[in-house]
Order: sequence, then C-alpha cells, then structure tokens
Amino acid sequence: MPRLVSHPDEVKIISRRFGMGAANIDRYIELGGYEAVKKCLAQGPEWIVEEMKASGLRGRGGAGFSTGMKWSFVPKQSAKPKYILVNGDESEPGTCKDHLIFLHDPHAVIEGTIIAGLAVGSKMGFIYLRGEYRYLLEITERAVADAYDRGFLGKNIFGSGQEFQIITQTGAGAYEVGEESALMESLEGKRGVPRIKPPFPAVVGLYGGPTVINNAETIATVPAVIQMGAQAYCDVGTSRNGGTRLFCISGHVERPGVYELPMGYNLKKMIYDVAGGIRGGRKLKAVVPGGSSTPVLLPEEIENLGMDFDQVGKAGSMLGSGGVVVIDDQTCIVEFALRTISFYAHESCGWCIPCREGTDWLKKSLTRFHAGFGTRSDIDNIQYLAENMLGRTFCPLGDAAAMPTIAFVKKFRKEFEDHLNGKPCPYAKEGVPQLTVV
Amino acid sequence: MSANTTKPEPASVFSPDLAARFDALVQKYPVSRSALIPMLLYAQDEVGYLSQAVVAEIARRIGITELEVRNVATYYSMLRFKPAGKYNIQVCTNISCMLRGAYEVLDRFREELGIDPHGVTADGLFSLEEVECIGACCWAPAIQVNYEFHDELKPDLVPGILGAYRNQAPKKEKNA
Repeated sequence: MPRLVSHPDEVKIISRRFGMGAANIDRYIELGGYEAVKKCLAQGPEWIVEEMKASGLRGRGGAGFSTGMKWSFVPKQSAKPKYILVNGDESEPGTCKDHLIFLHDPHAVIEGTIIAGLAVGSKMGFIYLRGEYRYLLEITERAVADAYDRGFLGKNIFGSGQEFQIITQTGAGAYEVGEESALMESLEGKRGVPRIKPPFPAVVGLYGGPTVINNAETIATVPAVIQMGAQAYCDVGTSRNGGTRLFCISGHVERPGVYELPMGYNLKKMIYDVAGGIRGGRKLKAVVPGGSSTPVLLPEEIENLGMDFDQVGKAGSMLGSGGVVVIDDQTCIVEFALRTISFYAHESCGWCIPCREGTDWLKKSLTRFHAGFGTRSDIDNIQYLAENMLGRTFCPLGDAAAMPTIAFVKKFRKEFEDHLNGKPCPYAKEGVPQLTVV
Repeated sequence: MSANTTKPEPASVFSPDLAARFDALVQKYPVSRSALIPMLLYAQDEVGYLSQAVVAEIARRIGITELEVRNVATYYSMLRFKPAGKYNIQVCTNISCMLRGAYEVLDRFREELGIDPHGVTADGLFSLEEVECIGACCWAPAIQVNYEFHDELKPDLVPGILGAYRNQAPKKEKNA
C-alpha cells in the first residue's frame, strides 16, 4: 500500500479524505460526499460553469487550461450525444497522484464526473484508468456499482429526472493514450494515435460527439470547489492559479511523497522543508519540476520560484503534472537524460515522423555519448535534433521529449563534455553497472 | 474467412465466467468495438497470452477482422503474443525509480532468477520485464508482479518476494 505522508503546510482539499476509508460509499457520504452534486442539481448548468471559471481551477494533467472555460466551449445543442471523459491514464514519469485519488477517494471522481455532465448537458461519462492500475480499477468499479445502487447514477439521478451513466475503462499500457485525442481513439477500440486538431474535443470528440476531457485530479477537485465555494477555493492559490494541487515529490529526498500544497508554494521549501531535504546530506544538483517532460531547473533557478503554472513557465519550464523529481549531486545528468529520452523513444506511437525518428536518434546519440564514444559535434547535434522536433507533431509527445533534452544540453554542457573522447562516466561507481540501453 | 455462415460457431476458448463477462461487455458501450482493449487484457489474464484462438474469438465477438484485432493489440505494451511466467515481474526503471536504485533491484532479480528481461524461468513460474513508469514514483523503487505493486524495494528484499510467490504457487507448478 502506498505510504501516505503529511506536512503542516499542506492544505488538504483533494486529499482531505485520504486514509479515511472513503472508498466505501457510506463513509464518503458521512464525510460530506455527494452534497456538491445535489447543490449543482439545484443551481443548474450555467451556475456550475461560472463557479468553475471563478475558482481559477486549471487542468491538472499538465496543460493548465481553465476547467470552467473548457466546459463553456461545449455547444449547448448537439445532434450527437455529449460525453465526459476522465483521464486516469497517469503515465508521466514522476507522477503518482491519481493513484492515491482512485485508491482513497474514488467517489470524488464519480461525483466530479456527474457534475461535469450536468454542466455541459451530457448523459454519459467514462473513467479511463491505465491498465497497470487494475487494483484501482476494481476499487473504482465497486464505487460506481454502489453509486448506481443508491440511485446516484442511472436514468433518474438523485430523483431529479436527469440521466447520467458512468462506464469504467482499462487501458493496456501506452503513455501516448494520456494525450486527449489518443485516449479517445483508445476508448473507441483503436491504436492510441493522436488526432489532428482542430476540431477540438469540445466540438468533435469521442464517437464524434462533443466531449469534455479532464484529468482525474481536476475532476476529483470539482466537488470540493462546489462545496467550499469558488472564491474560497481560488483564494488558497495565487493569482490566476486557484486552489491546491497534489505535488508528487520523488527522487533523492528524505521524505518522498504526495503532498497537497497551495498553488504557488515555493519549490525550494517544498524540497528542503516539506520533503525533508536531499537524502544522505548531499547537495541538490537539479530538479525536474512537473514530470519528466518538463525542462530541468538548477538550484539557483528555484530560490524564489512559486509552483504555479505562470511562475514556472516564466522560469523556462512547466508546472506539468505535478511530478517533482529531485536529483542530487552524485547523479550523472547524461545518464539521466538518456533514461528520460529512452522512455519517449519507447512510447512514441510512431504516427508523426519528427517524433518517431527524433526520439530514436536522440536515444542512439545519448547512448553513444554516455558510453564515452561521443564527439564534440554530437552535443550540438543532440540540441539541433531536439529543436527541430518542437511543434512539428500532432500531439505534444514530440515536444515532451525535445524540451527536457534541450535543457539538459544547455544547462549541463560541461557534463556532456566530460564524457568526450572515451573518458569513463565521471559518476560511475564501482560495482554499480552503468546504464546501457538496448 | 469468417463470412462463411454455414459454419457453426466454434466453442469458446474462455471460461464460462469470462465468456459471460464478454457478452455483457460488448453491450456496455455505445459502440461495441470499445470493448476491444479490455477484452484483450482480460483474455490475456485468463489464457496467459493472446493466442491465435483468443484473437479469432475476440474478432468474432466484436464483429471485426482478426487483422484489426492484431493491429490494435500490437500497439499496447501490456499485451503479448507469447506466454509469460505465472508471475510476471515488472521492474520500473524510469527516472524516479532509477534515482533510488531500480537497476540494482533489477539486477538482483536477474541473479536470483537466472534470466534476463523478457526471459521466463524453466519452470514457467517467473518472467522478468523492465518496464516504464508504473505510477509509484513516490514509493520508489517499485515493481509490479502481475497486477500487484511492491513499493520501496531494496535488492535484499528480492529473495523474500520471490519466496512468497513460490509458496503461493499451486503444488504441481512448483514441482514442474
């Protein structure tokens, strides 16, 4: 069972029921569950969308788009059915927050999905979990069945005369399916390759119908926003970045874990105070602030960095999915870059050539480089290759591979040079095998 | 191909429970093809891998060609066309796990089992895989044995984990 952590600076909104047995429907109700959806049924769709806009809640999958705005884009009238899609494909390396949400509070996801349905006039929602999360799927399916038994889902939810159905779905192993249009393809029983946009999902989505697709954390936050009030939720965060989010702090820290902190919380404090500092009294070398696709930051770049979408963007990286990966001074950045890019090469779906070929060549170049067979021109070539992938693919996977690579080369050029001309990796430790990627 | 209507339907390769589950699954979605990926995974859980018979029956149940089924199945990394061990050990070595010693854990599994990633032990009990992020980054290094997570591992914990699965295995497989 994943370890739960706690820190006095946490503001527990999404995680307020973690560890309290709220996967049980009676317990969830006892803890104030399914009150938000009743309020929404009374207030109506326009009110819900306005509340979401006012809350400042922005998409927790990584793009940070206003949830209220996204919902408002769905056409009121539609010949085809509208759908709500909950993205629980959580696959961005460094991210494990949805894992805890589905484990401890699956009804919050269900309640949020119903509310999204009411807001846009949809009668059907899908909760898609990555295939590896089978035990979480079983917990969620139990919760959905219980919600049906109570009449919270079905043809006449809460006796309101309105219909809302939820279908759960499993993936079968594919990072790319976390991309919204690829997820729709997968849900339609196809290979998870992205669709060209526009049209955007709000207009043409699942089965060709208007579709709202939100990250599981975003959806789980919705009932809390309704219950505490949009303004109160918004006030917890910083300007244009309402509320809290689940930060997954991993890597070389003393107390790794998922912590719920206000948006804009200082990154340095997050590492040294909340997560207990660098393991074994070592020094901080770098930090990946928002999942493996976000450009790495140096210690001097995080001094006054508040963790919200705008501040991290201004610092040249991204808040992403909230996966904070902390790297100590005994780590080889070339090896870290190689492991990062190997992942993207493995996960590229092959649909767009710049991504399919680019990730493969980056992996080959970095493998050779890390083994000590690189040349000086390889360093520039790696950067050049990555820069030419940017913005040239249907979906952001190409960018996700290119952006961190560029940052590694730019910020750690000296470390790349230290691997030149057959020199052994300066960080190689006796008895610890070096990373060789086949 | 399957268009031959005079041919009787072949007996199901699935257990009665799974066959009933599949009957319901193809009705569950607005479009029956949406059942494809769950069916492939659940079929694999029961049969062990996607055999020709599995592919054929799923194609027939959904009403698409076997080629379409294979086209989709080959995309997803959890789906396989060859049997794995009874307990498939998946060691995550992605960044968060790597930083906390995942490769040492993987090497210990290699040593204890005497197989490399993609290998299966001679008794068919274990197989080993190096996998990408499994969403347990804050509890790294982590592995999955089939669908079971094991968090915060150290190489020294490896023999105990293997022992527990050996004891859990039915007798005849142990002696096979």
